[in-house]
Amino acid sequence: MNTLFVMIGGFFGAISRYALGEWVYTNNGFPLGTLLINFIGCFLLGWFLTFVGQKNNISTNTTLFIGTGFIGSFTTFSTFSAETIALLQQGLFMLGLLYVLASIILGLLLSYLGYKLALKEGDVT
Amino acid sequence: MIWIIGLGGALGAGARYLLGNMINRGIHMLHPFPVGTWIINITGSFLLGIIAHFYLTNQISDWLWYFSGVGFCGAYTTFSTFGNETINLILTKKIKLAAIYVLTSILIGFISAAIGLVILK
Repeated sequence: MNTLFVMIGGFFGAISRYALGEWVYTNNGFPLGTLLINFIGCFLLGWFLTFVGQKNNISTNTTLFIGTGFIGSFTTFSTFSAETIALLQQGLFMLGLLYVLASIILGLLLSYLGYKLALKEGDVT
Repeated sequence: MIWIIGLGGALGAGARYLLGNMINRGIHMLHPFPVGTWIINITGSFLLGIIAHFYLTNQISDWLWYFSGVGFCGAYTTFSTFGNETINLILTKKIKLAAIYVLTSILIGFISAAIGLVILK
């Protein structure tokens, strides 16, 4: 039953990733779509999991649907890997390096900001 | 098209959840290292590299690419959990483990993706 909630979340997460990725398509080869998607997802998951951790009235199924299913499938590591290799293959080393560093440094920072924001909200209520 | 991606995504997310639970239950001596996500992101990068190779060389159809590459591999692997697990390691002062997690995920993940994209080519 738990798996079903993850799967329904994954269904919408993957579609949202595709839709947003198409929408921010760039023709200079830089994978801006995946970068933005992973940024948004890192922030949302950091916020959501911290928020859930502070409340005790949120069901496991809600967490699995939104966190593990939707946000987990919205973001992607495999596309990030493949896009980096594709940039290196085209000889775009600086762009590849920029992509990796931006993904990791800003991604982690946004995870942390999401966490901090949820903690702050928790203090207020 | 959208439905095919969604279906692949549902299966990918389900596989990540089930496999992640199984790995974390089986290999708890490595705790708190997030070995579940680590293995998932590396195997998913490997799989996507292979599928992308077949797609780019016109050996598989569009719908199979959208189903298995964009849908399944995309949803099976995850960047948000990777980010959050790293932050959790840092917040609990396990800086060295966080560095190992990030560096090995990236390096081994990239090499795994390159097997399909570069070596098969």
